Amino acid sequence: MSSSLRELYQEVILDHSKKPRNFGSLPEATRQADGYNPLCGDRATVFVRLDGDTVADVKFQGAGCSISTASASMMTESIKGRSRAEAEALFERFHKLVTRDSAAAEQAVDPALGKLAVFSGVWEFPVRVKCASLAWHTLKAALDGDDRPVSTEVSESSSGDAGGHAR
Amino acid sequence: MSTRTEPVSGVAAVPLDLRSVRADFPILNRLVHDRPLVYLDNAASSQKPQAVIDAERAVYESYYANIHRGVHQLSMQSTDAYEAARAKVKRFIGAASTREVIFTRGTTEGINLVASSYGRRHVAAGDEVLITGLEHHSNIVPWQMLCDEKGASLKVAPIGEDGAVSMDEFERLLGPKTRIVAVSHVSNALGSINPVRRMTELAHAAGAVVVIDGAQAVPHMKIDVAALGCDFYAFSSHKLYGPTGVGVLYGRQALLEEMPPYQGGGDMILSVTFEKTTYNELPYKFEAGTPNIAGGIAFGAALDYVSGIGLERIAAHEHDLLVYATERLSAVPGLRLVGTASEKAAVLSFVLEGIHPHDIGTVLDYEGVAIRTGHHCAQPVMDRFCIPATARASFAVYNTREEVDVLVDGLARVRELFA
Repeated sequence: MSSSLRELYQEVILDHSKKPRNFGSLPEATRQADGYNPLCGDRATVFVRLDGDTVADVKFQGAGCSISTASASMMTESIKGRSRAEAEALFERFHKLVTRDSAAAEQAVDPALGKLAVFSGVWEFPVRVKCASLAWHTLKAALDGDDRPVSTEVSESSSGDAGGHAR
Repeated sequence: MSTRTEPVSGVAAVPLDLRSVRADFPILNRLVHDRPLVYLDNAASSQKPQAVIDAERAVYESYYANIHRGVHQLSMQSTDAYEAARAKVKRFIGAASTREVIFTRGTTEGINLVASSYGRRHVAAGDEVLITGLEHHSNIVPWQMLCDEKGASLKVAPIGEDGAVSMDEFERLLGPKTRIVAVSHVSNALGSINPVRRMTELAHAAGAVVVIDGAQAVPHMKIDVAALGCDFYAFSSHKLYGPTGVGVLYGRQALLEEMPPYQGGGDMILSVTFEKTTYNELPYKFEAGTPNIAGGIAFGAALDYVSGIGLERIAAHEHDLLVYATERLSAVPGLRLVGTASEKAAVLSFVLEGIHPHDIGTVLDYEGVAIRTGHHCAQPVMDRFCIPATARASFAVYNTREEVDVLVDGLARVRELFA
C-alpha cells in the first residue's frame, strides 16, 4: 500500500472506525447539535453534558466514512473532562493539523494534540478534511448552544472546510 | 487486450477495435499513483479523443472570431463551423430542422430553459408537473422552483426495489392537471433506462408536454427524437466525448415558436430600440450572448467521432462490459448492487457492507481506478434505498474487461483494509 494511504488509514483510525468509542445517545445531555456533510452524506449528532464549564460527558451518533467516524470517536475521548475553552483550543489545533500544507507537514506535530496526531495524514487528501472535521464543527455548535444544523458546505472561509450553518 | 464483444441483438456485427479506440484518447496513457489510469467515472464526464482536442485547438490557432456578426473572413469561418456543428447535432438526434437545435451550456440549462420559458407560460395554480423517483437534481429543482412560483404541485412516479420506475404509478399520476412530464432517459445514479417512448405516448394522451433529460442516454444509444415523439430533449456535450460548457436543447419547432425568450441580450434579437425589441428567429431567439464557440465546434468533432465508430457498436461493447462487470461485482463478498433494472445502461452503483463509499473511492484511487462516490446529485434515489451514498462505476467506449478486473482486485484491497 502506498505510504500516503497508510498515513491516512493508520491502525488507530481503522480501530476507532470499526469500534467507535462513546457511540450512542446521551439522555442527560445539556447540549446537542447535528452536523451534515452533503457531499458524502455523512451525518453526526454530538451530545454534551456540561457540568459548569466542564465537558462531563460526550457521545456521538451518526453514519459516515472511516475518517469521520474515527475522528468523532477520538474527539469524544480527548475532550471528556476538559473545560469548554480547552476543547475549543484543541479543535483549533486539530483544524490546523488537518489543513496544513506540505511545508508545515515537514514540522513535528503539535504535541498538545496527543493521540489526535494520527490524523496527520489527512492534509494530503483535501476532500477528506471535511470528513475529519465534521464532528468537531458539530461539537463547537453544541458548545455554543447553537441548535441550527451544521453543514460542511456552507462555508464562511475560502478554505472550503469550515463548518457553517445550513439554512 | 481483448477486442471481443458479443453482439447483443444482431447489431454491431463488426466489433469495436478497442485498441485503436483507446489510442484515440491520450489521457488513457497517464499514470495515477504510479498505476495505469482506469477511468470509470464516465457518467460524471467522459474523456476526450484527440480529434476533439485538435478541433478546439484549431479554432483558436487558425480561424477564431466571434460569430453571427462580423463581415470579415474569420468571423464568417467561425460562424460556418459553429453552424455546421448545429447541423451535425440535427442529424445525430433526428431533428426536423436546425431551428429545433438550441445550443446551451449543458443539460441543466436546457431543462431550466423549458421550465422558465414554456413552464412559466403554461403552468398555473393547481396544475401538476410529473417527474420520476430517479431524477438527477437538475430535473427536480427547476420544476420545484416553477411549482413554487405558480402554486402548482410536483408529482413523483416512484421507483421499485430494482430501480425501475413503476409504470402503473406513472399512469396513475398522469391526469388532466398534468401540464409537463419531465423524465430522465437513463438514470445517472442507477443506470435504469426509462421507457420514454411509452411515457411520451401516455403523457401526450393526457395532454401534457414531455421533457426528456437525455444526459446519460445520448453517449450510449442511438437517439431519434422524431421516433420518441418527445417535445423537448436536453443533453450535454461533455458526457459525449465533447468539451464542457456546451449542451443542446431540442424542442419541437411549433412549441419553440410560441415560447418567450429565456434570456435577453445580444444575438437573440433582430432589432432593438428603447421602446421595443423584435426577437430573432429560431434557434437564435434562445441563444443570448456569445456562446462557447470553440466548444460547440469541437462538440461537432465529437459527434463525428462517435458516428465514425457507430453508436450500435458502442452500445454492444458497453453492454458486454455491463454484463461482465455485473457478474464479477456480484461475486464480491458483501457487495450489493443498487439498481438492477432489466433495462440498464453500463452504470453500476454499489455498496460494500460496513465500508463507506468514500473509503472505497480513496483506496481505489491509489490503484489508479477513478470511480464516483457520493449521492450522485440524486439524493432522493439514495433516500429511496435508505443509503447515504453509493460507489459508482460507469463505462464508456474505451473501457475494457481487464479494467473491470482491476476494479474487482481493488475492491479486494478495500476489504482487506476495512473488513
